[in-house]
Amino acid sequence: MSKNSFKVIRPGINTTFQDKGRANLYHLGIPFSGAMDNRNYLLANKLVGNNLTNPVLEFALQGPLLKYSGEKINFAITGDVSFKLKSKEGEIEGNCYETYEINDGDEVDLLSTNKSVYGYLSISGEFDVDYQWGSCSTNTKSNVGANEGKKLQADQIINISEINNNLGKKRVNYINSKIEKIRVIKGTNFDYFSKTAISNFFEKEFKVSKLSDRMGMRLEGMTLENIKSSNIKSEGLIKGVIQVPGDGNPIIMLSDHGTIGGYPKIGVIISADYDRLVQIPPGSNIKFQQIELSDAETLFKMYEMNTQNLLSQI
Amino acid sequence: MIKNILNLGDAALYCDFGQDVNKKINSNVIKYYKKIRKLNIKSINNITPSYNKLIISFDLNQINFGELKDIIENIHIDNEESSSTKKIEIPVCCDEPYSLDLSELEKKLNLEKEKILDKFFKNEYFCYMTGFIAGMPFLGDINEDLRAKRLETPRVKVPKGSIGITEQFTNIYTFESPGGWNIIGNTPLNVFDSSKEVEPNLINPGDTVTFKRISKDDYLNYE
Repeated sequence: MSKNSFKVIRPGINTTFQDKGRANLYHLGIPFSGAMDNRNYLLANKLVGNNLTNPVLEFALQGPLLKYSGEKINFAITGDVSFKLKSKEGEIEGNCYETYEINDGDEVDLLSTNKSVYGYLSISGEFDVDYQWGSCSTNTKSNVGANEGKKLQADQIINISEINNNLGKKRVNYINSKIEKIRVIKGTNFDYFSKTAISNFFEKEFKVSKLSDRMGMRLEGMTLENIKSSNIKSEGLIKGVIQVPGDGNPIIMLSDHGTIGGYPKIGVIISADYDRLVQIPPGSNIKFQQIELSDAETLFKMYEMNTQNLLSQI
Repeated sequence: MIKNILNLGDAALYCDFGQDVNKKINSNVIKYYKKIRKLNIKSINNITPSYNKLIISFDLNQINFGELKDIIENIHIDNEESSSTKKIEIPVCCDEPYSLDLSELEKKLNLEKEKILDKFFKNEYFCYMTGFIAGMPFLGDINEDLRAKRLETPRVKVPKGSIGITEQFTNIYTFESPGGWNIIGNTPLNVFDSSKEVEPNLINPGDTVTFKRISKDDYLNYE
């Protein structure tokens, strides 16, 4: 019996345990999963002095309300999140990218993410979770990973198996940047679409549909005309691929996506923009810009250097 | 054997083995898949074989498209690569309530139930790929008289164990999932075992599968 734990008073909309994800299983039909916004995942672990690959709690839009019992630990929230810490001394509004001490009986209330989707909670220690194929990441669609493959449920207990002694205050100055346009490399079925469809895709705004989740982001707006066929021979997918099914509405594959698909691919989101893509909330507009592979590689190096820079400041 | 290698985004190779879907092209895909897996290249984080393509995704922190393309283009394939394949027999019950679309198929194919099933159970099938949902095998080829389109409106929930057919292929729904294939029966056998850390799939690309018809009694008493 673990002596340090959280009780879930309110589970939030879609709160799951996530880590770096599980590699080399696509050939079996098992998605990669893992934290949607990798930079915020890494920063969450670094702030509380954890190994960067430790499990964290990922929440979407409305987060959980958790009541803590046990000895003093630190926690940190990353993303763009409004949250409150309720203790015997009263109630404070917390800041993201800053650690807070939490004591027996305290509550952390993750009210909502602001103009974004995902936020992360890390603790100075390790959640007691099950691993499946080298990762704890929960995929609720195929019931894989921690918490028996399910999102957090009301009244459940989250045990903490180990705590570390990194209790000093830590913070990092970081503001989640929003980018004007999400950059895209042309897809392997670019020639399936009419000239008008391609110019619409890169010039018009699309709206992120409410049907979006960890599997995919559905877009609404101009329907894209297909001049060849709305089906291809089923083949492997990766995250960031933009498929266009028969109805002409693009779908972007996200971290829990099915491993193979049979719709033409108009483009692929560049790696450097993935973390920011997933944070665009349903109902918002999104615009794309086509770039070349070599530019995408340079942008990724810069993005990665930036991430390492932030990590080294903690 | 690889006709062409393109980039799929900035972190994956898209290896094209040809336009058609046949056993020869797919065997080449699988040979490459097995060889690359054996080479254990650390920067690769997924290799996905399908009918006529191989998608190799990699960690952009460790390698880039040009560098990995060079490595893949210089791989030599020996003929023994495809040697380790299995033969698997799958028991299937085609009685009610498991044969969800069999009556509809009689009309679609203009063929009687028993004839459909005779032709289905007679063939030996080749596993082209697994995926979409965990462990789902894509098997072919089915008899030319049995080739039907997908359902007009896909089912929201296809029961676990369902055997579906469409076009030249047959598959097994390893989980309850949405799907549009024509369902002719159900197997009591667990084709994907998520409690296994190693080889959770019963059927892998390159394997040979036969189906054996069983009665409803056998289905219900299957251990």
